[in-house]
Amino acid sequence: MAEPIIQAENLYKSYGAVEALRGVSFSVEEGEVFGLLGPNGAGKTTAVEILEGMRTPDGGSARVCGLDPQRSGERFKDNIGAVLQSTSLPDKLRVKEALELFAQFYPRRADTDELLRRFQLEEKRNAYYSQLSGGQKQRLALAMALVNDPQVVFLDEPTAGLDPQVRREIYDIIEELRRGKRTLLLTTHYIEEAERLCDRVAIVDHGRVIAMGTPRELKHASAGTTRIEVRLARPPVDASLARLEGVSDCREFDGVYVLHSSRPPRTIVALVKQLEAENNELQSLEMFSPSLEDAFIELTGRRLRE
Amino acid sequence: MRHTWTLAKIRIRLAMRNRTFFFFTLAMPLAFLFFFVFLFGKGQPGMIAYVLGSVLSLTVMGSFWGLSVQLVTFREQGILRRFRLAPVGAGAMLASGILTNYILALPTVAIEILLCRWAFHMQTWGNVWAILLLVSIGSAAFSAFGLIVASVTNTMQETQIINQLIWMCFLLLSGATIPLAGFSHWIQRASLFLPATYLAAGLQGATTRTATMGEIATDVVALTIGFLVAFEISRQLFRWEPEAKVPGRAKLWVLAALIPFLVFGVWQNVWGHRPTIVSRFDMLSRGSGHAQTTPPH
Repeated sequence: MAEPIIQAENLYKSYGAVEALRGVSFSVEEGEVFGLLGPNGAGKTTAVEILEGMRTPDGGSARVCGLDPQRSGERFKDNIGAVLQSTSLPDKLRVKEALELFAQFYPRRADTDELLRRFQLEEKRNAYYSQLSGGQKQRLALAMALVNDPQVVFLDEPTAGLDPQVRREIYDIIEELRRGKRTLLLTTHYIEEAERLCDRVAIVDHGRVIAMGTPRELKHASAGTTRIEVRLARPPVDASLARLEGVSDCREFDGVYVLHSSRPPRTIVALVKQLEAENNELQSLEMFSPSLEDAFIELTGRRLRE
Repeated sequence: MRHTWTLAKIRIRLAMRNRTFFFFTLAMPLAFLFFFVFLFGKGQPGMIAYVLGSVLSLTVMGSFWGLSVQLVTFREQGILRRFRLAPVGAGAMLASGILTNYILALPTVAIEILLCRWAFHMQTWGNVWAILLLVSIGSAAFSAFGLIVASVTNTMQETQIINQLIWMCFLLLSGATIPLAGFSHWIQRASLFLPATYLAAGLQGATTRTATMGEIATDVVALTIGFLVAFEISRQLFRWEPEAKVPGRAKLWVLAALIPFLVFGVWQNVWGHRPTIVSRFDMLSRGSGHAQTTPPH
């Protein structure tokens, strides 16, 4: 069996008293799109930056393309491309210049005109970096990550802070890369991003991988329950919602009661009866089939954006 | 070396798009030139060469200021991080800054020399080869001193404060602006420990042809050693990451960059003939020595 193209084994990293990584392990096969999903501060960026050779782990080992990122120097960097969580370039650098500049550092170079076309930056080729919108800057960062035609591309929160339309544009680009059978490791705290783009996902929380699998596997791991979200006029009587028929789990997030039910119709009937008995009112009710978010809540007890 | 040149080319382009660059690299040195000519050279054509030496020193010393600020800005804005992902080493990043500064200083140096010769009637071209050599090695040395400042400071605020302090010493105590003859004896002796004094003395000696080849060689050697030590220290202390703070003890490395000038300072104070530096201004202002090749002892 071929060696995984990315291998992280028992990675540890601390910043002073803060333990960012506490034994993170995972591997990525060639051509796979692998996602690290977790809330801010979970340790995703630290893990990726160790794999990019930007940080040295306190413990454990990392290998990318068969090379040690910390010790393989230029040879390693020739094989990878990366979009950092926030990329910055000199304000007065033109788009085309940025691509050509970075392309010149590598022995293997992609056609920069082709990259401009592919990332819809042709019209902006002579624009200064400071004149680009957030989405254009991110497209440029993606194009720069490909100037050396890398085997592995790291994308650290590639859509963070972008508006939904731009986010969809970036998804299209990543899906195009995926079709090109390039190995991608992306970090995200957007559930839909992980579900839409990744072949496999590792859920990271508090510096640990707490679950790993395909999005489908993870969704099924959440007991196959339906999520019912209700808003009530007044808080319910103690734990009355958790005792409703079919309910396996009940939590409250900002006034929204999230019930996980294996028998949704019976749960709803029971809910209505219970509210009548409590002289309470239903303000809204939404039902969701099992999602990655449910898996995340079940595993961590928290929502991603908390 | 290839990466150094690639980076230098783009840095030159970026500088040419920056109005502040033109102010500090062209307008300010020329303003100094006109001011000094008015102050010292009016009615004394023999003094123009001396003024040129001083202004060339200020132009070259300016490398120190710009590079440290640029490097700290790049680090604070996370620009260096992006370069770190590429196969570019700290050496190439730093060397490109030095090369850029040198290339960009050359047109100003040429304009200053031509203005002095043709507009202000400087009597000779001076020792052109010595001027070129001192401008080249001086630019490299002062850029490297700037890189050290960038390496040991954590924020732009710190960089500006340290730059101001060092710059004022260079400006006032090197003989580049105020002739050393105007200072007390102990300040004159203390000035021999400053790198800027070797640059100013060398360039004033080369433009006025009052320095021996031995003296110019001393200045060149002092600046060359200073450059090599400063460059290596800044390479060792180089940080790509905005959040990477330099440990307190690492700042002591800066003192190592001063060692060559400590040695040269002692040597010059004990065995050197550097009173020439002090007396050159008096000598020229009396109109007695602008074309001398041998200094008075």
